[in-house]
Amino acid sequence: MNALELDDVWKFYGDFPALRQISFQVPRGACLALLGRNGAGKTTLLRILSGLMRATRGAVRVLNADPRDGAARSRIGVLGHGLALYDELSALENLTLFARLYGFNDARAVARAWLERVGLAASAGSLVREFSRGMRQRLAVARAFLHQPEVLFLDEPFTALDDRAVTTLQDLLREAVREGRTVVLSTHQLREALGLATHVALLVRGRRAYFGPRTDEMLEDPGWLYRRYGEAT
Amino acid sequence: MRAPVKSPPETARRAAAPARPGFVRGALTIAAKDLRAELRTKEALNASLAFSVVILLLFSFAFDPTAEQTRALAGGLLWLVFAFAGALILNRSFARELPNDCLDALIASPVSAPALYLGKALANWVLLMAVEMVSLAVFGIFYNAAWTRRFGLLVGVVALGTWALTVVGTLFSALTVNLRLRELMLPLLVYPVLIPALLAAIQLSGPLALGEPLASDMMVWLRLLAGFNLIFTALALTLAETALVG
Repeated sequence: MNALELDDVWKFYGDFPALRQISFQVPRGACLALLGRNGAGKTTLLRILSGLMRATRGAVRVLNADPRDGAARSRIGVLGHGLALYDELSALENLTLFARLYGFNDARAVARAWLERVGLAASAGSLVREFSRGMRQRLAVARAFLHQPEVLFLDEPFTALDDRAVTTLQDLLREAVREGRTVVLSTHQLREALGLATHVALLVRGRRAYFGPRTDEMLEDPGWLYRRYGEAT
Repeated sequence: MRAPVKSPPETARRAAAPARPGFVRGALTIAAKDLRAELRTKEALNASLAFSVVILLLFSFAFDPTAEQTRALAGGLLWLVFAFAGALILNRSFARELPNDCLDALIASPVSAPALYLGKALANWVLLMAVEMVSLAVFGIFYNAAWTRRFGLLVGVVALGTWALTVVGTLFSALTVNLRLRELMLPLLVYPVLIPALLAAIQLSGPLALGEPLASDMMVWLRLLAGFNLIFTALALTLAETALVG
């Protein structure tokens, strides 16, 4: 059973094709490392998969449903470039808000449990604007994981994280993969990504240059994929 | 050495079954969040209140209106103030979501786009009504108007007119949120669409703000305002998904 299915997906920004003819299928429980240089179309593809924008052409299915379908969205978790936290609300209020939006009846209890998990229980009542960068990042990770999504989309998740937030995120990702959830992460940090990945997709100028299982060769030499399938420069 | 990773919180695990909040619950959650955030920062509220009070004060000093002039001016002046004060609140509605990409997290959540839109509109309506009630009190004092005499009916008309302003303004606020000149674009787009509703609200509010009863021929304006609200609420809810996701 596939978690993600893309069939001939195109995305245009005006006349510019950001994605061209992307097709692949990701089985449930897989961890897909979405690789590519800046401007390759990784963020656009992740935004389409997570229902934040529509493809210009082609079909996208997430958990056998349109990603804009409300029931599908309740099973998807997204951690994008921004942290998606409200500075003027407290940590507890932020997580309670999202727990409510994801349909939890005991939203406050869920929020408190996740604050405990990411080591922010002592700062539950503090406004997010008073948080350090690292604390915000851990709170954002909790926000993305709090509804235990079946499919996780993470856009450059390790960029600018402090060591504690990296550890928290890596633990949660390993646990997600162990529990059979599907993870898609775009990143430039090849070693971290390939260490977790079961599948790899390489985008070059909006086209799928490679899609397949992660091989031992990639793990031994993370740059091999770019040299073999990427552009010369 | 780092402590071993704890298992996921039991509470979260127990309650982890994917769910989708109902339309009303989703809208109310968004509205409550917006109101809480605005009451904490008071960015739009303070600007909007200050603008309303200053305009009303300046007009009263500039014209020193007699009872007859006040009669002619009341409806137009009040809705001029409400409409411009409203733009300040409406501009902040979706702009509040821009820092940290909060709008993406809301759109990615299972709350439907119409519920998200309605929540935003409800919060804007509450904030704008609060500004308008203060403005009416200031109007009553400086223009010597008996605005409390028909208080129920006046509040009803103001509520209807404010919903018209809110329902159109919130939709355009979503559409213009990513524009660099959104503060300029929002009023340019909203006011032409609002002309029928503003005309009706001006006609109805004029006599009521002075404590006078509504003439029987005024009912057509009330029907126009109610009809405008029905049509544009339905239209905005239908277009919310397109406005927010594309």
